[in-house]
Amino acid sequence: MKKTLKHLFSLFAVFALVFAIGTEAMAAKAGKTLKNTKKKGFVKCGVSQGVPGFSNADASGNWTGIDVDVCRAVAAAVLGDAGKVKFTPLSAKERFTALKSKEIDVLSRNTTWTLSRDGGIGLTFNGVNFYDGQGFMVTKASGITSVNGLNGVSACVNIGTTTELNMRDFFNSKGFKYEPVVFEQADEVVAAYDSGRCDTYTTDKSGLAAQRTKLSDPTAHVVLPETISKEPLGPVTREGDENWSDIVRWSLNVMIEAEELGITSSNADAMKTSENPAIKRLVGAEGETGAALALDQEWSLRIIKQVGNYGESYERNVGPDTPVGLSRGPNAQWINGGILYANPTR
Amino acid sequence: MININKIYQWSRTNLFSNWYNSLLSLIIVFAFIKFIPPLLNWLFFDATFRGSSKAECYGDGACWIFIKVWFQKLIYGLYPENQVWRINLAFLILIFSVITSIFVKPTIRRYIIIFLIFVFPFLAIWLIGGFAIDIESLEIYIPILEEVDTRVWGGLSLTFIIAIFAMLFCFPIGIILALGRRSELPAIKYSSIVFIEFWRGVPLITVLFMASVMFPLFLPGDTNVDKLMRCVIGITLFEAAYMAEVVRGGLQALPRGQYDAAKSLGMGYWQMNALIILPQALKIVIPGIANTFIALFKDTPLILVVGLLEFLGMIKLAGANPDWLGFAVEGYVFAATVYWIFCFSMSRYSQRLEIRFSTERK
Repeated sequence: MKKTLKHLFSLFAVFALVFAIGTEAMAAKAGKTLKNTKKKGFVKCGVSQGVPGFSNADASGNWTGIDVDVCRAVAAAVLGDAGKVKFTPLSAKERFTALKSKEIDVLSRNTTWTLSRDGGIGLTFNGVNFYDGQGFMVTKASGITSVNGLNGVSACVNIGTTTELNMRDFFNSKGFKYEPVVFEQADEVVAAYDSGRCDTYTTDKSGLAAQRTKLSDPTAHVVLPETISKEPLGPVTREGDENWSDIVRWSLNVMIEAEELGITSSNADAMKTSENPAIKRLVGAEGETGAALALDQEWSLRIIKQVGNYGESYERNVGPDTPVGLSRGPNAQWINGGILYANPTR
Repeated sequence: MININKIYQWSRTNLFSNWYNSLLSLIIVFAFIKFIPPLLNWLFFDATFRGSSKAECYGDGACWIFIKVWFQKLIYGLYPENQVWRINLAFLILIFSVITSIFVKPTIRRYIIIFLIFVFPFLAIWLIGGFAIDIESLEIYIPILEEVDTRVWGGLSLTFIIAIFAMLFCFPIGIILALGRRSELPAIKYSSIVFIEFWRGVPLITVLFMASVMFPLFLPGDTNVDKLMRCVIGITLFEAAYMAEVVRGGLQALPRGQYDAAKSLGMGYWQMNALIILPQALKIVIPGIANTFIALFKDTPLILVVGLLEFLGMIKLAGANPDWLGFAVEGYVFAATVYWIFCFSMSRYSQRLEIRFSTERK
């Protein structure tokens, strides 16, 4: 008897679902977060307390960085103005609480997308805006050109981080002898490495590049090509508001796809007359892309015009011409040999 | 005319009186010669003061351009620049009323102290945080001062805001707890003991984590208590427990005769404490109170762990700007200097109070 009831109930649920999808058709319903954001007039964005090139403030108090640009893109899409973002600096420990307690609505704070975070603690990860990974820096004078030359070295590392664990795993799996030299603060690690207390310095590659500029002679050091861990970083939203998560996910997607299709902040308007339907869709000249997110037709055009495509954001904040000086590496477009691959905006 | 002979005599008796004193003197002189000139070179002679970008820093000395360029941000945090006058005004009012209170008659001073404790905190919040007449039912919204979220408060001004609020509130709470702990009513006595021992038993960093990470999860739905407020309340309660024990030390130092004398004059509990006991007890513990306040001031950088960018946090944020990487040492030296100046002033001020309130015969 109980079973039949259960079956009946699931059947009913399926009908209800089909019915719901049928009536909703294409147009998505604006979620609660979207409504609140529009009412308040700004996007509540959680950033770091300062990670060079990812989220940092300049001397006039404006936030810049590729993590910051994701939030600005969301603001451009939702509110029509990339400047309408309120940034909340968060420590690593409190970032998820801030998101869950609705202190912020988007967390863009170089957060690694892992199974336990995605599945376990009520978060939704919305794509990857930077593929990071742990690497090693050595002096050029050491003659080491690959991680296979790291047998018997002393390694400077931050204590109590996944970086330290990754390093142990790496050396143990290779069967290399090594001597960890641990410190509490990143600045201490860099100072120790600079003064020659250890042969190699290991942290995420984005960090290595930024820290290298602090060394007394940056040109005397190289970052080894291998990456020993995967750290896909991306924007995070609360579970439970699909519409809002979709907006964040597709705002990031638009930036990445715009670069792939050659649309930049300066040529976006001119691209409206392009022959390529993919381009026309992205600049709002064709299709109904906004309706699926409960946004207007020009949402993606505004992102590209106000924030720029992913490549522009990258070059501006962490690219080779900036002090951070990161080459594209895995963060190049898939057509250029990287792994950056935006899902089609259609 | 310097008397060479006298110097010789003096050093003979004070520096080289026997072999181990001579050795220690020589080591110290050597250390001075070895370390002081390079330090001065780094701090001043080789340092760069003029300029506006990292590229203008040359030589091996410190690059004070970093501090110069970021100075305003280090003081005011990310507070909107055109609104900074509000912070200035709030602190001017504070400084003005403190200074006048030193020079006026005690009768007027009483009013200034009442103003400082009961009016100023709210006036300051109103000035710095902004204010609007907001009657939702009538849809009236008149912004009088532009609202500025606590999220952009920062720098040295935030350090002061936290320290001043925590000091203002932890002091009275501490006195009440101290009296409560010595109360003869068991309910009051034991709840005071439990409170004090609980807050003294946990590290401040745990309190801050609870306030910023756990507390919001217990709140229902959309309610959100401001993060800064949560932290200030946490610090206040934490320091109040310490203050209570300091004050209790003073209460216990008073001879029983003082209590008996007050009672024999027909005074009630509150009268006795307010007029006889506390004035004497607090005078005794001025060094302890100053100690707690200085510790509190130096504890404020801990709020860094909850993402509030007070003075030290702003220095770190400034150092994370790609154009200004690699100036951590300058930043920390500057921070240390500033903290030392304020803590030393507090210490001197407390010594002045000790002398002023001293009723002992000399």
